[in-house]
Amino acid sequence: MSFVDRTARSFLLSELVSGLALTFRYLFKRKVTINYPHEKGPISPRFKGEHALRRYPNGEERCIACKLCEAICPAQAITIEAEPRADGSRRTTRYDIDMTKCIYCGLCEEACPVDAIVEGPNFEFSTETREELIYTKERLLANGDRWEAEIAARLKADAPYR
Amino acid sequence: MDTFLATPLGHVLFVVAAIFAITVPVLLGVAYLTYFERKVLASIQLRQGPNVVGPFGLLQPIADAVKLLMKETVIPSGANRGLFLFAPMLTFSLALIAWAVIPFGPGLVLADINVGILYLFAISSLGVYGIIIAGWASNSKYAFLGALRSAAQMVSYEVSIGFVIITILLCVGSLNLSRIVEAQTNLWFVVPLFPMFVVFFISALAETNRAPFDLPEGESEIVAGFFVEYSSMAFAMFFLGEYANMILMSAMTTILFLGGWLPPANIAPLTWIPGPVWFALKIALCLFVFVWVRATFPRYRYDQLMRLGWKVFLPLSLVWVVLTAGVLKLLGWLPTGS
Amino acid sequence: MVIAGRRRSRPASRLTHHTADLAAHRTLAAVVIVTLAFYAFAAVLIAAAAMVVLARNPVHAVLFLILTFFNAAALFLLAGAEFLAMILVIVYVGAVAVLFLFVVMMLDVNFAALREGFVRYLPIGAVVGIVLAVELLFLASVWSLSPEAPRLVAEPVPPGVDNTTALGRVLYTEYFYLFQASGVILLVAMIGAIVLTLRDRPGVKRQDVAAQSARRVQDTLALVKVTPGSGMIVVPKPAADCGDEREQAVEPMPPGRH
Repeated sequence: MSFVDRTARSFLLSELVSGLALTFRYLFKRKVTINYPHEKGPISPRFKGEHALRRYPNGEERCIACKLCEAICPAQAITIEAEPRADGSRRTTRYDIDMTKCIYCGLCEEACPVDAIVEGPNFEFSTETREELIYTKERLLANGDRWEAEIAARLKADAPYR
Repeated sequence: MDTFLATPLGHVLFVVAAIFAITVPVLLGVAYLTYFERKVLASIQLRQGPNVVGPFGLLQPIADAVKLLMKETVIPSGANRGLFLFAPMLTFSLALIAWAVIPFGPGLVLADINVGILYLFAISSLGVYGIIIAGWASNSKYAFLGALRSAAQMVSYEVSIGFVIITILLCVGSLNLSRIVEAQTNLWFVVPLFPMFVVFFISALAETNRAPFDLPEGESEIVAGFFVEYSSMAFAMFFLGEYANMILMSAMTTILFLGGWLPPANIAPLTWIPGPVWFALKIALCLFVFVWVRATFPRYRYDQLMRLGWKVFLPLSLVWVVLTAGVLKLLGWLPTGS
Repeated sequence: MVIAGRRRSRPASRLTHHTADLAAHRTLAAVVIVTLAFYAFAAVLIAAAAMVVLARNPVHAVLFLILTFFNAAALFLLAGAEFLAMILVIVYVGAVAVLFLFVVMMLDVNFAALREGFVRYLPIGAVVGIVLAVELLFLASVWSLSPEAPRLVAEPVPPGVDNTTALGRVLYTEYFYLFQASGVILLVAMIGAIVLTLRDRPGVKRQDVAAQSARRVQDTLALVKVTPGSGMIVVPKPAADCGDEREQAVEPMPPGRH
């Protein structure tokens, strides 16, 4: 009987038909892809995107040139030079990140004692030349100014777990 | 007007106009078939499909055409120049000239020849030349492998298509396509000859090199098969030819099994819709199945493809030819000679 | 029944559309066009046939052969023999020439070696050619046409029936036995080819598709409950009918045996 059953099934192409039925059902399912440049998926507060240097609310830059980030950076992407400023505080004169070297591990962010260097939520920073990917201090500070609201919210959301 | 059409010049102009009236919709159909295919495939795979160029991505085929036109035609240095350029033209023109005998409605046919179905069969069997010449002229191993696969595949599946056509001819008693459609006024052939319909449709998939029989261009094994070396308009012509062949095979399926321009039933609201619209709807249905099958089944292995053609379809169709002939003879349903 | 009960809605004259058309438009222009077309196709046919012999590249030769077939089909069409024309295209161009091309493309012809022998074999070739030419001339000098021939040529298509029907009537009545005999000869050739090439080597692992697709989960897979601390013995089953599949049944080892 099972032989008859199997033969009948193979002649009626039952496997092909069930496969077709499956794909036909999927035709009407909700699409899982989003319309990317217009819609974006959610990202975690810990998302490691483009780097930024933050400032205090009074406008003073946070970085104290301790060079912990430079020391911990596994890709050696960070270069820092520092000098005492006129008011006697220790600040960086140079803070470069080579984004082509960076592996986005987030160790700089972890190492920073004053939450100055952070990896922000921005992941759309492709450029047309390699030179544009060597971020200077000005560029990083500008990033910080631009994304401060998001960065602060993210740090606050993630604070209980740190 | 009638007197003008009777003059030789008028006749020629009329025929040229008719050719344009067929070719332009076919080419538009090809363009939007690519869009349709991408949308349906996307839906089945839970994706969006083209939706950026124009409303709902409707201008995508035009954008693709422009892109291909702007590209450079690269001719490999070891290629046989003349044949290399001849192959895509052959594929494309063969895909178009077959439309001369397709009846779109009662009397709506460019060339109502007595051997219409043989003409279609002959043209579809010539399609292999474009591929085989392209593969040889490219002077590339991948292209040559693709061409050999394609030649063997198309010759194998033509045999079973031939037997399916003979079965239809036994029931109709004419080689004329319009007569074949008219013979299905009461009952479409898909009902009494359903196994033949399945054999024909699967063979049509193989004949047009569509998934799951797309071995000649199997991208994961031989890059792009016979058209690896092609770019720009030469590639576009292959592409257009392939999709025009898909529409042609759907039209053939419609004429042979789904009653051509006839409405599903001879009831009032259905008969109000003109024949060509029914014809187009049925073709669209067949094309949907083409795409649906592509989204469902993985590619055949080559020896399995050959086995299916020679060891399954050939005996099956042969048996059905004998069976159909026997039933028609025994019950006296044979159509009388013309 | 539908198939039988269907009525021919067209008048009989429409069936022989091609010939009827020709008769209707048998104006001077039509005759001129047909004559011109005949000479054009004939000229291309002869040129292509010559190129089949003259072409250096065997693939080009086969392609010219295909062009020759095509023009022959066109001449058949002009003569009103549309069925023959289509069959010529389907059988010779669509199948036979594809196989020719298939084989010729895979040949690795060494053109230098071909040209080397040309001068050496030229005298013999010339002698054979001259003998053939003399024979042809001899034949041509005594050539005479049968008195019935012009009458037969004048009517390639009998009035009232199309080419397909006319051929069928002759083929399946007058020449029925010859037709069947030619079919049997082809069948014998086919069987011969299969017998010559088919060999069943023992010990070759082949895929058995039927056996493979008949396999069920329960035939091949055994779910075994293994008690912790005990092992499992793997008992090889005698090879099943599934080709190279080695199936193994797994049984739990009785406790305390290890």
